[in-house]
Amino acid sequence: MAGNFKFELVSPERILVSAETSEVIVPGADGDFTVFAGHAPVISILRPGVLVAKLADGSQTRTYIHGGFCEVSADSLTVLAEKAEDAATMSAATIAAHVASAEAVLADDDVDDERRYTAHTAITHLNTLNGMPN
Amino acid sequence: MASLKDMRVRIASVKATRKITKAMQMVAAAKLRRAQDAAQAARPYADRMDKVLANLNKNTNKDGAPPLLAGTGKDQVHLLVVMTAERGLCGGFNGNIVKLARADAQRLTREGKTVKILAVGKKGADSLRREYAKQIIDRVDLKSVKNLSFVNAEGIGNRLLTMFDAGEFDVATMYFSEFKSVIAQKPTAMQLIPAKLPELKATGTIAAKSEAVNEYEPSEEVILGFLLKRNILTQVFRGLLENAASEQGSRMTAMDNATRNAGDMINKLTIKYNRQRQANITKELIEIISGAEAL
Repeated sequence: MAGNFKFELVSPERILVSAETSEVIVPGADGDFTVFAGHAPVISILRPGVLVAKLADGSQTRTYIHGGFCEVSADSLTVLAEKAEDAATMSAATIAAHVASAEAVLADDDVDDERRYTAHTAITHLNTLNGMPN
Repeated sequence: MASLKDMRVRIASVKATRKITKAMQMVAAAKLRRAQDAAQAARPYADRMDKVLANLNKNTNKDGAPPLLAGTGKDQVHLLVVMTAERGLCGGFNGNIVKLARADAQRLTREGKTVKILAVGKKGADSLRREYAKQIIDRVDLKSVKNLSFVNAEGIGNRLLTMFDAGEFDVATMYFSEFKSVIAQKPTAMQLIPAKLPELKATGTIAAKSEAVNEYEPSEEVILGFLLKRNILTQVFRGLLENAASEQGSRMTAMDNATRNAGDMINKLTIKYNRQRQANITKELIEIISGAEAL
């Protein structure tokens, strides 16, 4: 694509990724979107999902994030994740545990639609993760 | 005059104490490094969050601001979140934080405000219990926590948010010790709710950046609300981490002093012991000689 931009993935505990990337797929609150260099400036909330970053050297990282938010500017993307795990090293057991906790939210009748939706998409994402051992 | 045997026992005991304080100092030094790294690693997240919040804050009008930012309009009920260590033997660390919190609690009470206390850590709860037994609404125990993680902060932060939503307090202030350096820790009071957002500095890059029109997804208000909540958690997390680093720094200094004191004491006692021993020998010699002369 057009060029590379700076991508940072930060969790409250540390910086997970700080690198030049060509393309990042972000699980935005209103739907996934892909960021390229020169993207319009956006601040968006993220829902739980898989974040795929194509690094400048051609390699790819996949990270499962538990919600958060991101700030996009023309030459940089900063993702502040509440919690992030490397999708490649996530074990089936951890995924199953996340699915179970999301399903518990769904099963609870008192939960509002918003959280319901978040939990639902989380399950969808987690299931695709399970099927694709990257 | 203590007998020679008593003094030997005394010296041995001081030596044992010195070994313990020395070990504690070394443990604190190792833990300090880890705590410092953790505090350092958490900084980028907080920095970025501040920046985005400051940006948002500039654009929102004060009238429609959410209560977390604008407050409830009253300041009758104050919640003091007092963060201290779980253990003592760390110099003035716990005492200084409690002193600051107590001074504020007294001032607020004088002004006729209601004070509630949420004690994080055992030591603070223990020393505040005497005066403010009724005001302590709860204590958070972090004793079983080896490595502080964001989950710990989430527990405390979410608690605050629920209480705020339920209207249990108007203003929340966090007391913790800011980690300046290994030898300097500053007890600090920080207002959490209503949030005090950093003002945008008019320096080149940030100011230029903030002029770019951002798009917001889903909407500016939703994001601001979300971020304000996250910000509370982040601040609590920061407080916990700074506190952990300060505690270890403080303990290291205190134990270093204790070790040195013990060393001085051993020297003094040893000199005293040797003098005493020589005096005893001289005395015995004199007794023998004068006994021989008498014959």
